[in-house]
Amino acid sequence: MSEKTYKPGNYPDLPPPPGTVGVYGWIKQNLFSSISNSLLTIISVVLLYYLIDGIIGWFFLNAVFDAESKIACRKINDGACWAVITRRVGQFVYGFYPEAERWRIDITFLTMFIAFAPLLYPDIPKRKWLLYFSLFYPFFAFVLIMGGYFGLQKIEYSLFGGFMLTVILGVCGIVCSLPLGILLALGRQSNLTVVRTLSVCFIEFMRGVPLITLLFVASSMLNYFLPPGTNFSILVRVIIMFTFFSAAYIAEVIRGGIQAIPKGQYEAADALGMNYWQKTRFITLPQALKISIPGIVNTFIGLYKDTTLVVVIGLLDPLGIGRAALADTKWNGLSTETYLFVALFFFVSCFAMSRYSLWLENKLNTDKK
Amino acid sequence: MVVNKNKSSKPVIEIKEMHKWFGNFHVLKNISLGVNQGERIVICGPSGSGKSTLIRCINRLEVHQQGDIIVNNVELTGDLKNLEVIRSDVGMVFQSFNLFPHLTVLENCTLAPIWVKKLPKKEAEELAMELLTRVKIPEQALKYPGQLSGGQQQRVAIARSLCMQPKIMLFDEPTSALDPEMIKEVLDTMIELAETGMTMLVVTHEMGFAKKVADSVIFMDEGEIIEQNDPKNFFNNPKNDRTKLFLSQILNH
Repeated sequence: MSEKTYKPGNYPDLPPPPGTVGVYGWIKQNLFSSISNSLLTIISVVLLYYLIDGIIGWFFLNAVFDAESKIACRKINDGACWAVITRRVGQFVYGFYPEAERWRIDITFLTMFIAFAPLLYPDIPKRKWLLYFSLFYPFFAFVLIMGGYFGLQKIEYSLFGGFMLTVILGVCGIVCSLPLGILLALGRQSNLTVVRTLSVCFIEFMRGVPLITLLFVASSMLNYFLPPGTNFSILVRVIIMFTFFSAAYIAEVIRGGIQAIPKGQYEAADALGMNYWQKTRFITLPQALKISIPGIVNTFIGLYKDTTLVVVIGLLDPLGIGRAALADTKWNGLSTETYLFVALFFFVSCFAMSRYSLWLENKLNTDKK
Repeated sequence: MVVNKNKSSKPVIEIKEMHKWFGNFHVLKNISLGVNQGERIVICGPSGSGKSTLIRCINRLEVHQQGDIIVNNVELTGDLKNLEVIRSDVGMVFQSFNLFPHLTVLENCTLAPIWVKKLPKKEAEELAMELLTRVKIPEQALKYPGQLSGGQQQRVAIARSLCMQPKIMLFDEPTSALDPEMIKEVLDTMIELAETGMTMLVVTHEMGFAKKVADSVIFMDEGEIIEQNDPKNFFNNPKNDRTKLFLSQILNH
């Protein structure tokens, strides 16, 4: 083969050798790079085929989606008996919230996306107007869910349950714990001894105590302060405990982010005459939060899943609802289906958070564009 | 050689018998220095001689323990109010640029004018574009610092400082972190700045720059000002043995 010759400085950019780029190149490099690798690929494909075949059969093809009871299910087919879910889906979603009033939850849930959109997506059109709605939303949601105003029927906390309860606890905890966590992280870095000591004590105490203990404290303190028989604000107390608990973790995550910022950034800001709050707002926090996104979202996901712990103080989260369903003689023994369904709900929520955090990280990456 | 027509005998920086320690280490010893308005001073010396620390004391990034520093008739003390006045009058350019990576070039330039000097946003942006044009990179205004070369970043850093319309500019080894082919563009920017009559204190090893621009060259070693002279005498007849040794080390290689 004859190499073409070029004058120095005129060598053109040639295409890469065939089979190193594109789909073919990828398959060759990643799946069939050697004999043993090719064998493993083939074995994996065969195993995957049988596994997926079985899974799809149990989940969908042989599954029963509606029936009177477990026994009725089994008479129809031997796959999953999703009837336990479809027959009780209302309870899984709304707990014991009165059926006639469930539209209030639906509206609150749907408008939540509008309220969050301007916070999560800074480039959204009409952001300023949407932000006013975000500010107003907590009151709107409170009134709509709780009732008691504007002719809405008042609903007792004790009727809350299912995914609705998870979302309320999770969203409130997340929304409240981020600002508190930021303040604690700044407090821990503060030059003011009192502020620093208080922050350190708070963080170390909250991190040093199991969440379940805090929840028990929330529920038993209630009995001390309130007259017997009332169930007022156990939800609020639980939300406060969740907020404190995850704020302590978030504070530490953000502190890590703050410490990762090079000293030169502060020196440059100092040299420009910026004061502490200007530095914090424009230099420290944007950079520290960006670095801390994975850790913060990690904490959020943890908090969201930990909301299932409220079952120990008698609130009916999705697992509690599931247990109630399983206790019903009609559905006795369908724990696989029940727990898989609850797991799916949590997975979808947490996966969405995780994808959002990846998107945000990518968006804030200013090194290459 | 740039002739300095702007030099006056009005002192803008006065340092009197200033001392500084890092822990037990006596890093600046009995420094006395006066800088007149429009004067360009180059500070050189071996590493660890305290030259960076000295100029960092002038905008109080470092705190001196003894003696006085008076900048623009304001004495540097622990009083925070004075500090902000001084810092918005004294620009500083760092060895490692220290641009804010999460902000665009334009935002880097307008942040402090908008929030510290309370300039309206539009005005700040116009000023920033004017200064970015002066450092010859207006077309990069909407990029992020991470997308620029080192030389470009340092020119942005110079523009960012100038946006505060300072009376004094401090340069802390502005070309030391640059690739050789980028040093010239930064030095050219600094020379142009010198021509506008800016009071400049420059810590650098670029002796060509010193010869061309400086009114006075200071040699520091072990925390002391060993020798101060105009560039011609400084380079041609250094008086102190340590100055001679230093000059022979950096000029003959």
